[in-house]
Amino acid sequence: MNIVVCLKQVPGTTEVKIDPKTNTLIRQGIKNIVNPFDTYALEEGVRLKERFTGKVTALSMGPPQAIEMLRDAISVGADDAILLSDVAFAGSDTWATAYTLGKAVEKIKTCDLVICGRQTIDGDTGQVGPELAEMLGVPFISYVSKVEEISSGVMCVHRMVEDGYETIEATLPAVITVVKEINTPRLPSLRGMTRAKSAQIPTWTAQDIGIEKEKAGLAGSATQVVKVFFPQRTHHAEMLKGDPETQVSALIEKLREAKLV
Amino acid sequence: MGIRVDTEKCTGCGTCQPACPFGLIDIIDEKARINVAGCNLCGACKDACVYEAIEIEQTVVQVPASDEYRGVWVFAEQRNGEIKGVAYELLSKGRELADTLKTELCAVCIGYNVKDVAQLNAHGADKVYVIDDPALASQTEDPYVAELTRLIREHKPEIVLAGATPFGRSFFPRVAAQLKTGLTADCTGLDIDTEKKLLRQTRPTFGGNIMATIICPLKRPQMATVRPRTFRRNAPDANHKGQIIKIDFNKSAVISKTRLLNFVADMSEKVKLDDADIIVSGGRGLGKPENFQLIRDLASALGAAVGSSRPPVDEGWISYPHQVGQTGKTVCPKLYFAIGISGAVQHLAGMQTADCIIAINDDPDAPIFQVATYGIVGDLFKIVPMLTESLKKG
Amino acid sequence: MEYFLTEQQKTLKSLARRIAEERVLPVRAELDEKEEFPHAIMKDLADSDLFRIIIPEKYDGLGGGSLDLCLVVEELSRVCSAIAVSYAATALGAYAILLYGSEEQKKKYLPQIAGGKLAAFGLTEPTAGSDASNIKTTAQKTAEGYVLNGTKQFITNGGEADIYTIIALTDKTKGARGASAFIVEKGTPGFTFGKKEKKMGIRASSTRELIFRNCLVPAENLVSREGMGFIIVMRVLDYSRPGIGAQAVGIAQGALEAAVDYTRQRIQFGRPLISLPVVQYKLAEMALQTEAARALVYAVAKTVDSGAKSFTEEAAMAKVFASDVAMKVTTDAVQACGGAGYMRDYPVEKMMRDAKITQIYEGSNEVLRNAIAIELRKRKGKRE
Repeated sequence: MNIVVCLKQVPGTTEVKIDPKTNTLIRQGIKNIVNPFDTYALEEGVRLKERFTGKVTALSMGPPQAIEMLRDAISVGADDAILLSDVAFAGSDTWATAYTLGKAVEKIKTCDLVICGRQTIDGDTGQVGPELAEMLGVPFISYVSKVEEISSGVMCVHRMVEDGYETIEATLPAVITVVKEINTPRLPSLRGMTRAKSAQIPTWTAQDIGIEKEKAGLAGSATQVVKVFFPQRTHHAEMLKGDPETQVSALIEKLREAKLV
Repeated sequence: MGIRVDTEKCTGCGTCQPACPFGLIDIIDEKARINVAGCNLCGACKDACVYEAIEIEQTVVQVPASDEYRGVWVFAEQRNGEIKGVAYELLSKGRELADTLKTELCAVCIGYNVKDVAQLNAHGADKVYVIDDPALASQTEDPYVAELTRLIREHKPEIVLAGATPFGRSFFPRVAAQLKTGLTADCTGLDIDTEKKLLRQTRPTFGGNIMATIICPLKRPQMATVRPRTFRRNAPDANHKGQIIKIDFNKSAVISKTRLLNFVADMSEKVKLDDADIIVSGGRGLGKPENFQLIRDLASALGAAVGSSRPPVDEGWISYPHQVGQTGKTVCPKLYFAIGISGAVQHLAGMQTADCIIAINDDPDAPIFQVATYGIVGDLFKIVPMLTESLKKG
Repeated sequence: MEYFLTEQQKTLKSLARRIAEERVLPVRAELDEKEEFPHAIMKDLADSDLFRIIIPEKYDGLGGGSLDLCLVVEELSRVCSAIAVSYAATALGAYAILLYGSEEQKKKYLPQIAGGKLAAFGLTEPTAGSDASNIKTTAQKTAEGYVLNGTKQFITNGGEADIYTIIALTDKTKGARGASAFIVEKGTPGFTFGKKEKKMGIRASSTRELIFRNCLVPAENLVSREGMGFIIVMRVLDYSRPGIGAQAVGIAQGALEAAVDYTRQRIQFGRPLISLPVVQYKLAEMALQTEAARALVYAVAKTVDSGAKSFTEEAAMAKVFASDVAMKVTTDAVQACGGAGYMRDYPVEKMMRDAKITQIYEGSNEVLRNAIAIELRKRKGKRE
């Protein structure tokens, strides 16, 4: 079984700080990491390969630096990796991203299953997976929390829903997105790291995957960012002062006045 | 397509540097250098540059969107026949948008034995399209994708909104992909650019640290998902008259690519944050997992639900369903306690619409005090037990 | 300090640190409290290929040496010494096969160990600790193989390991020269385990008795020849002692970091503890002791890797010095952290408990000082 896992390199955003003087993101010291949700997708790909034999290809669209992330993917079990990188891809929205990934998957040809994380931590949209499935015209299952079985071209999975889980069947090829409950990603192995160091990771450009310029990047995006700003807050709380006893009784009084307790 | 600095014109003055919200511009050898890797071509630097040295190349001839698309639609999600609250919230917002655009507001409801469809009219819908069929009893996505796509193609609305529920976030992108149009996820603000008649969709990004306003200028419909509890739900107006239009389920046209075999209910991790009137949340300031007991004690004294900011969840002190914030739940209770929570934007995104917010933190400069109604600077380990005791005594 | 590690060594050191911090640290206190064997972590170590390090490439290993092993042991021990010893004891069990095993034995067992099956080494008995020649376990030759009878005591990885190297007497009349080494697999009829010991430290590791009652071991499981037992023991321990040194260095390093961390944050008399000269002096002393121990351990590991013929004295020095340092540094770390240091909420008391065993096992420091003195007499105190 040939599995493609989509990965995105993102800034470790929980550490994001804003420079109060310039009001911009402080990028120094922010390491780029693989989108945490994608690590579950990669691990599941490797586990499925181990269960049912096959091959795992890690696929990412991003800047040339993302190649290091793809090496890390090989060190935890991906067999090979492909980077989609081209200035023409800049400014892609989810539709253009899904379109580009879809073209790459078509070029890979023998793909039985595409696995994505449920969302990225920078964009937070969760749209690329479902849109990719439509681009490829294949079945789609989101929020997969367990792969029960894959046999004779049919996969059976658990899909997490708000009040439980569903058991769903789909024919392959298919696209799934996985939730973090599905597994615990492994750490790299020494042999994997050695293999990753010397691995040849091709970079495919728009031309390589047959994308016309008007369909890539910003030109191919239906949505456009027109304004980016920082949430401004000028309001300040009414501070309750004094020793703890005074503070607590003042608070209770306020809450009673407002009939909140 | 791309962004470029004209090195002839660039003086290296650095005016563009602070303009870039992502901090991607460096001045190297007295010229601005843009790290295109993280750039989404928002144009902030271009606007800031007084020498017109920054160019954003547009190679494509822009064909304006067709204006035959009219009307605002809301996908009214239901589960087990019950229409979700987010549908009414979206109709309340949708009404505003439709009035601004001077057009009609419609709801689409797909399911089986859906109750209270008329309520959609009472919340502002001029028309409600209903597809009610036993084959739609389960929320298998494929027929929803096919049927909503079909209706949109037939009726050509200019705006379509859905709730950013797990179901909405999964099936709605597929509809957008089918229609080859744009979709903006998790919007917290929607308004109309009246001049261009465009929907301005504002959403948090970068874990809520940055807000982005997004438009979909050339494709129709303009589609967006909105988190539950983001917009206020208006009171129903029984006098608002509207039509209910029943449409047959076009079963033969739907090729279902997936098959639902079974459903297992699992409510073990169910945390009633959504419906809670009072939420008591704890954060990193608690120091260790055992100290969450302070939060639980206060919550039980108040009859409140227990919430958390992200760090305790990441640390494994409390499970994910308790998480309030950008990557957790968005809540809108009457009363919200933020205890030992500094107030990272990621958390604020999920709770700042609460009616009354109480913040308890030992750092007077914590951002949480900027959204709080009442603030207490002090040692939570002293204050919280005292508060719990006082409330118990009544 | 620059120790001129190779790229590969830097890689495995950083990988071991990542496992220690991401997987061991969150469960360290719980494993210690519950005295629970870290199965999941052993699997992580195996999945990351760390059990392959000292195994030659032809047996699915990575062909690394003593320094490679020491780096991993040190990193694990910096966070939890109990995990480090469970890992290192497998190397101890493997060395006998690696150094003295037949081609068939290597082919059969080394790939299993490389893949993560645990090994153990069985020498100590109730009557034979430092006086190892006083062992009573016998291996009687029969037509079917060797029949083992006796009890081994305080065996690390006992019950958890699949492959055991056991020292038993094939000829009681010859004393130490009548001892031989055997490979015994878990599950062999007549081979059972006694109670799990309750220990002062390294509590997450498993220490048990091995009981042999008419346990038939195939003749091909004899390592080398009859009578080679004690030669094998001495050689294996020479190889493993730098590892104990590394374990001790890791404990000391962990304790040093915890003490610096605590004294930087703890405010007394209006300023951080670390600004007090008396605390600074103590921390400086801990740092220099730890670094000196590390330098000695690495130097000895490099001596082993250089192919030196004999390094009994050097290996003993590394183990003795580093373990004494670990005991001193951890005791000082508890002192520096004061009341908090004595509490189980902080890691230093565990480190102090863990440090003690490094002065005792794999040759007590007294026995090893004696061995150093013997060598010293032989070479009249001179150094080339």
